Amino acid sequence: MNNFLSDIQSGPRKIAITGHFGCGKTELAVSLAMALAENGGQNLALCDLDLENPYFRSRERQALLEEKGVKVYSDPFNGRNGSELQVITAAIRAPLEDGGCRVVLDCGGDHSGAMVLNQFRKYFDRDFRLLCVVNCLRPGTDSVEKALGHLRAIEDTTSLRVTGLVSNAHLIRYTTAETVAEGWDFTKQVAQAGGVPALCACCAAPLLAEVEALGIPAFPIGMYMRESYLDKQV
Amino acid sequence: MSKVLMKGNEAFAEAAIRAGCSCYFGYPITPQNEIPEYMSHELAKAGGKFIQAESELAAVNMAYGAAASGGRAFISTSSPGLALMQEGLGFTASCEVPIVALNVSRGGPGVGGIQPGQADYFQVTRGGYNGDVRIPVFAPSGIQECVDLIYSAFDIAEEYRNPVVIFADGMMGQMMEPVELPPKKPIADDAEIARTKPWAITGTDAHEGRNVVFSLRLQPDVLEAHVEHMFEKYARAERELVRYSTSNLEGAEIVFVAFGTMSRLCAEAIELLAEKGVKAGLIRPISLWPFPDAAFDEIGPEAKVLISTELSMGQMIQDVKNAAAGRWPVRLISRTGGVVPSSLEIVDRALKHLQEVQGK
Repeated sequence: MNNFLSDIQSGPRKIAITGHFGCGKTELAVSLAMALAENGGQNLALCDLDLENPYFRSRERQALLEEKGVKVYSDPFNGRNGSELQVITAAIRAPLEDGGCRVVLDCGGDHSGAMVLNQFRKYFDRDFRLLCVVNCLRPGTDSVEKALGHLRAIEDTTSLRVTGLVSNAHLIRYTTAETVAEGWDFTKQVAQAGGVPALCACCAAPLLAEVEALGIPAFPIGMYMRESYLDKQV
Repeated sequence: MSKVLMKGNEAFAEAAIRAGCSCYFGYPITPQNEIPEYMSHELAKAGGKFIQAESELAAVNMAYGAAASGGRAFISTSSPGLALMQEGLGFTASCEVPIVALNVSRGGPGVGGIQPGQADYFQVTRGGYNGDVRIPVFAPSGIQECVDLIYSAFDIAEEYRNPVVIFADGMMGQMMEPVELPPKKPIADDAEIARTKPWAITGTDAHEGRNVVFSLRLQPDVLEAHVEHMFEKYARAERELVRYSTSNLEGAEIVFVAFGTMSRLCAEAIELLAEKGVKAGLIRPISLWPFPDAAFDEIGPEAKVLISTELSMGQMIQDVKNAAAGRWPVRLISRTGGVVPSSLEIVDRALKHLQEVQGK
């Protein structure tokens, strides 16, 4: 089994994913939930806490996730809230209360998106890990200083500590193994400067062998959130 | 220059900043909120001014005033917000004041929804403003193209002394893509404005006599002469501002006509149709006004049907029928309300239209 997946599967049961706006949290959250489901053997839930984005939220893949056995929690309208005023369902407490359920919490971007964690703060004192996704190809996190600034802002807002960094440098269809390697080197610098471990680098599944051959601990992610037509040239 | 990964709305705002935008006025509405948010923290760093207006009406009229005094004014909104801005767009056109307006459109009518829509086609190409007005409208199909269009839109607006509208549906604003950003142009200073915009209200130190920007012309012959002057510009726009792309037209039996998000879906549908042995091609209008009639002359003799493919109940189809001029039957594939069809749905419906026109 993939090392990162094995770590997630055997580690704390509540996993929150935060990071800069647009760094790739949702694609990681959905890929992680799908990979956990494929390994089977446990109750799984994905809580979509994104109050920032109107599109490209993990609840859009609710049917796919639930088909694989991942219960999805988002808004009180079963993921169909079309309002500009975003809300989340109180039912999110259910998987957090349920000691037999492994929960992936997909937060909105930046510290403002991570702020949603505060209302569930009492669940995060134990059996919890806070991951921060780092994408050095996003202009807001293209320097170690800026990336660390985002990480600290998320910590300050939530009064939680980030326990691990996940590198997710990508340029969608233009991503190469070199892109992933460049991102991993950057994330290691952020990790060193911030005193937080760098856990792995995400890459599209077809790049996995090439990235692993570079000695990078990789986690293969899908393109669940991106419809294929969006990459057609016209 | 290397590519960076940006969300559409962020890239659009950055494109305006790099085009030398000196002032932005906005009011929040989904799915374009990232634009005023980005402008609120980035425009001042570039030397420009950001104001969150109290409404869309205020935003467009602030832009009118700022541009009348020589500023490079930018506004953005989404569908119902653009409806509120119509009066301002008509006035700026009438007063020959250049502004750039970006519509990141959503489903309508009324307040509608927040998912992508293209049912503002009439609103942007025909307008809700009164009088004889034309506004150049450009519809990108990707973030890079939108960045490039916004970057050049300021020059076009100033050259023609007319508003220019960029019509990017919600998917363009919300999706992410790698982009290469153009170089930053400086914001024009007072001397530069006085030199390049001698009509602007810059104070009597900058020019002799009094400059007045106005819409009111009470004498019919004076007003008619002004409208005829505007239409000389519009005739030039019809010659110079036509933009489109075509693909796979050679031998195509089905010709899709689509812009924005729908053009990307059509590109995938064309691949799926090819797998079924059906040749299909695409005309992608980039300028919606002036509409690219010339593109239709590239259609080959094998064409059996033109299909206007829209996220509306069929608005562009009127321009498609005009351009087709009876040479081919024209049909419609549409979804509305914010629903984006799958490419498979487009394939199924296109094949049914093909069979129907062939009498099968």
